[in-house]
Amino acid sequence: MSVDLATVKRVARLARIAVTEEEAARMEDELNTILGFVEHLSEVDVDGVEPMTSVTPMAMKKRRDVVTDGSKADDIVGNAPETADNFFLVPKVME
Amino acid sequence: MTDLTSLTLAEARSELASGAITSVELTGAYVAAIEAANASINAYVAVTSEQALEMAKASDARRASGQTGALEGIPLGIKDLYATEGVHTQACSHILDGFQPRYESTVTANLWADGAVMLGKLNMDEFAMGSSNESSYYGPVINPWRAEGSTADLVPGGSSGGSAAAVAANLCVAATATDTGGSIRQPAAFTGTVGIKPTYGRCSRWGIVAFASSLDQAGPITRDVRDAAIMLKSMASVDDKDTTSVDLPVPDYEASLGQSVKGLKIGIPREYRVEGMPAEIEALWQQGIAWLKDAGAEIVDIELPHTKYALPAYYIVAPAEASSNLARYDGVRYGLREQGRDITDMYEKTRAAGFGTEVKRRIMIGTYVLSAGYYDAYYLRAQKVRTLIKRDFETAFHDGIDAILTPATPSSAFGIADQEMAADPVKMYLNDIFTVTVNMAGLPGLSVPAGRCAKGLPLGLQLIGRPFEEETLFRTAHVIEQAAGRFSPSKWW
Repeated sequence: MSVDLATVKRVARLARIAVTEEEAARMEDELNTILGFVEHLSEVDVDGVEPMTSVTPMAMKKRRDVVTDGSKADDIVGNAPETADNFFLVPKVME
Repeated sequence: MTDLTSLTLAEARSELASGAITSVELTGAYVAAIEAANASINAYVAVTSEQALEMAKASDARRASGQTGALEGIPLGIKDLYATEGVHTQACSHILDGFQPRYESTVTANLWADGAVMLGKLNMDEFAMGSSNESSYYGPVINPWRAEGSTADLVPGGSSGGSAAAVAANLCVAATATDTGGSIRQPAAFTGTVGIKPTYGRCSRWGIVAFASSLDQAGPITRDVRDAAIMLKSMASVDDKDTTSVDLPVPDYEASLGQSVKGLKIGIPREYRVEGMPAEIEALWQQGIAWLKDAGAEIVDIELPHTKYALPAYYIVAPAEASSNLARYDGVRYGLREQGRDITDMYEKTRAAGFGTEVKRRIMIGTYVLSAGYYDAYYLRAQKVRTLIKRDFETAFHDGIDAILTPATPSSAFGIADQEMAADPVKMYLNDIFTVTVNMAGLPGLSVPAGRCAKGLPLGLQLIGRPFEEETLFRTAHVIEQAAGRFSPSKWW
């Protein structure tokens, strides 16, 4: 399988990364090189093989459903580029 | 008086314990060494000298009052991937500009609880994506090693290039690092240092910037095997904050050093004899086999038939997980923001400006292989292949193999701005050909310096162990180290 320029632009859009025409063209080549490399996997017989979900045979730990943390609004917004009254500020999303 | 910065961790520990030196003296020597060398080596992206000297003073006071932790007064370097409270933590990416977490990672908290001192944050490939440390926003790290008779700059490997270079150039006693596909073991091999990636789940991932969550593991890079054992004991813990942290007590790894390897079964996988492998790598491997045989180990040829599929499978699984993990960098909650005409435009401009070329490449691959219609063909198939890779190892261990010996890397350190690697990303990825299988199977892997190439640069051997049997690796690596000796670069910086 390989990607064309339109696919590269669609994937960039999905990944929320702005790309110029030039970058998209370069990425098309690079992605196709990598996809060509991973194509080797199609030779492997994976019939009846379970996909790996965990490398260590363990049940996922679950904590008790209780409040153990909180009241850290200042810490949470402390690194944000723009805030007001402990809210994150973003460009207007509704008219 | 000997140069304090040339002491190993174990040596510094005993000098501190005997009162021959103080942590303030030791830390001061490192601060001065970093000041003198960092412009040449570029191992540190943030030096916390004042904080280091305060921590050292506090450590000396604790010692005076009779309280000493396992790393009391030992100055360490911390990879920029670890969250350190109030201190530069950016995974060496532009997108995390100015980020200073309000919390401490579990691993670093464990180190400080054991009395260690932080010297600063170490350079790395951006988001740990790379094998040369050239993808860092802060510029490449220069390997303290140079080829004989040459002044050309070499890469220290990556992604933990800053960690490896700082340890090799005596800019910290030991360093924390992380390994997703070889990021501890490959730079350790390129710099003549020891690096161990423990079993998945041994060290908590809490507070470590996520790259590929099912593969990422923390581990140390150190001057020798004993130091690695001491560091891992302090770094590892059982942590409720990481659901994949394993509920097993942490053994005293240092106690396994000096134990005989007599009767251990060491597997030699024929699939690691790859096409085009330099003769000197093969010779190094044979030398390692001979040393272990001399020490009484039994050498057994084994098969790991799915080895060649590990790297292609990795380049589906790791980017897929990365594309998901890196979705959080949106210009809203932390780091860089570029203004846009609406929220989507802001996201796209922020991520375009904030991520470097290699990171974008991997996010794109990950997004593509997870997109509608391709998931089964790529991601699901790769996870099935991963099951087969793990099964290969399980079969070998079931047949009685205690550890597996392989080369650590297919070559010694290469040059900065290598043209072939810049032209073809896959060429760079092939650096991890011997290490990546270990991450795919979640096993422990250790790289130990074992010789030099024709150019005089260090080469490493890798030992792969059964899950949670790091002790076998330390014990076996110690035998190799005893035979090979230690490797230090001649100072040019």
